[in-house]
Amino acid sequence: MVTGAKTSVNTTAKKPVMTDLKGQTLLTLRSLNEENPASLETYIKLGGYAQLKRIVTEKVKATDIITQIKTSNLRGRGGAGFPTGLKWSFMPRYYDGTKYLVCNTDEGEPGTFKDRDIIRYNPHQLIEGMAIAAYTLGARVGYNYIHGEIWQDYDIFEAALHEAKAAGYLGENLFGSNFSFDLYAVHGYGAYICGEETALIESIEGKKGQPRFKPPFPASYGVFGKPTNVNNTESYTSIPWILQHGGQAFADLGVPNSGGTKLFSISGHVEKPGNYEVKMGMPFADLLALAGGIWKGRQLKAVIPGGPSTAVMTAEMVQNATMDYDGLSKAGSSLGAGSMIVMDDTTCMVKTLKRLSYFFYEESCGQCTPCREGTGWVYRVISRIVDGKGKMEDLDLLTDVSNNISGRTICALGDAAATPVLSFIKHFRPEFEYYITHGKSMVDGR
Amino acid sequence: MLSKESIEKIDYELTKYPADKRQAAVMSALRIVQTERGWLSKESMTEVAEYLRIPEIAVMEVATFYNMYDLEPVGKYKISICTNISCMLRDSDAIVTHLQNKLGVGFNEVTPDGKFCLKEGECMGACGGAPLLIVNNHTMHEFLTVDKVDAILEELK
Ligand SMILES: Cc1cc2nc3c(=O)[nH]c(=O)nc-3n(C[C@H](O)[C@H](O)[C@H](O)COP(=O)(O)O)c2cc1C
Ligand code: SF4
Ligand code: FES
Repeated sequence: MVTGAKTSVNTTAKKPVMTDLKGQTLLTLRSLNEENPASLETYIKLGGYAQLKRIVTEKVKATDIITQIKTSNLRGRGGAGFPTGLKWSFMPRYYDGTKYLVCNTDEGEPGTFKDRDIIRYNPHQLIEGMAIAAYTLGARVGYNYIHGEIWQDYDIFEAALHEAKAAGYLGENLFGSNFSFDLYAVHGYGAYICGEETALIESIEGKKGQPRFKPPFPASYGVFGKPTNVNNTESYTSIPWILQHGGQAFADLGVPNSGGTKLFSISGHVEKPGNYEVKMGMPFADLLALAGGIWKGRQLKAVIPGGPSTAVMTAEMVQNATMDYDGLSKAGSSLGAGSMIVMDDTTCMVKTLKRLSYFFYEESCGQCTPCREGTGWVYRVISRIVDGKGKMEDLDLLTDVSNNISGRTICALGDAAATPVLSFIKHFRPEFEYYITHGKSMVDGR
Repeated sequence: MLSKESIEKIDYELTKYPADKRQAAVMSALRIVQTERGWLSKESMTEVAEYLRIPEIAVMEVATFYNMYDLEPVGKYKISICTNISCMLRDSDAIVTHLQNKLGVGFNEVTPDGKFCLKEGECMGACGGAPLLIVNNHTMHEFLTVDKVDAILEELK
């Protein structure tokens, strides 16, 4: 046996205590109802690895698989929402050398914690999804890059890899065919920027996580300079279901432009924070109700629907929205990674923005001047306001500086940093003005 | 000298990469050595560089870029607490205040007996369990209350 990894996953991956499964449509978390959700035995019992076996033994054509994925309307779950089928068609078909497959389990944007539940409760479906992707794209080696802070879940996933390999679902000549695929777990160690796909690739190579200029895109120049496909954990985990039921069935679960189910991470001021997997297009109010509604009988004030890189919404904006790509963009924000942060009426928006600005300042990798200097500047100005030394002009200054970061940087962290500033000031301006005039918060009086 | 156990673990990580890409294992090699020794001294980094046959500067760059590597001693138990917004909304501040009072240290300080060090963390990707903390990088405790924090500290002898 190899040193450094356990082989049984049955001990640590107990059923979650917090999540209420009523009203959910379990697809990427389909093992959640089971006693030992993470074990290979459970996954096989649920029909797991059957799709991988079928496509490999029946030699299903890669183009047919990609067609199913395109039909499914699956869009990348990492935040950008890029159509997965289209992305797969960018990988060079013929290439003399190793092609790589990468899974992005580096979630560390505040409010985002969905992929963690996949790797600890349903790791084998991710492994099957990646193996299917590897077969389709001709990738020989894969890496799942896991956020360093969720170490116990890293261990569960790595143990699942050993189980899958021992059972013949990973490794050489699978099912007696000439298809071989090796998959490994690797980890970050405390750098949010490594969630950006090219920074993540640098990190896999053992370097600091600084994003690369694009183009070239990973499909032509990825891990070790080889063609590489990068997808989010939830994206890969949807694949086995799509192949089992067909792309159309997946599309039909959702609404136009948003196929399938979505895992929403709900945090903040709700009674039952946690992950909720529901059909795309669920009304916001229903989703909030699944999470037990606003805690302590208070009123809803604001929602960040997809993680801080998506615009904050007032209660009024969000109350009639549906939770899908088009629904949220019509309502004035976007779906992002489905990381819904809920704030009640005791929340001070000025102090909340200060904490977010610190985050982006701290996590900027420093390569681009507008991002490095701009995030620091924004943080200093907001801190000044919170310290009671703000001036009314500061609000325009914050808007200007943020507009000057946006669109002028190597990676999208710059835009992500600007979005909260612009949207908080736009939708909660009176609260900022009050803070500046009175030197204290309109909400908590401190 | 790296211990036999550390070398075995690093060798396992090396099997994940092509033979000529030993640098790729630097993230895990640093993690393994830090876990064994508590923190990463200059000498530890030199040993990692030698074992991976890569320049020392390449190791330093990585060790300084990622927040979970400690380049100074952090006591026997490093407690990292997330204060980012999902945790802040569920009053991580109260947990921070309690820890600071109880241990008598601020962020980035080590208690005089060398036992505890407190660190402020960024989002740990586990916000559903807020507020939360991590002991020595690898053991997470979620849904914290003041009582639960006391019980955790009690366990850390
Ligand atoms: C600053 C930053 C952080 C990101 N963090 C993540 C992340 O934690 N997980 C993720 O899947 N994608 C993240 N992304 C998006 C990735 O770059 C990439 O688009 C995604 O992994 C592709 O997978 P998908 O098409 O399946 O969504 C991030 C992007 C940026 C700019
Ligand atoms: S935008 Fe910011 S995080 Fe992204 S590459 Fe530039 S400096 Fe680094
Ligand atoms: S905000 Fe604290 S773990 Fe994400």
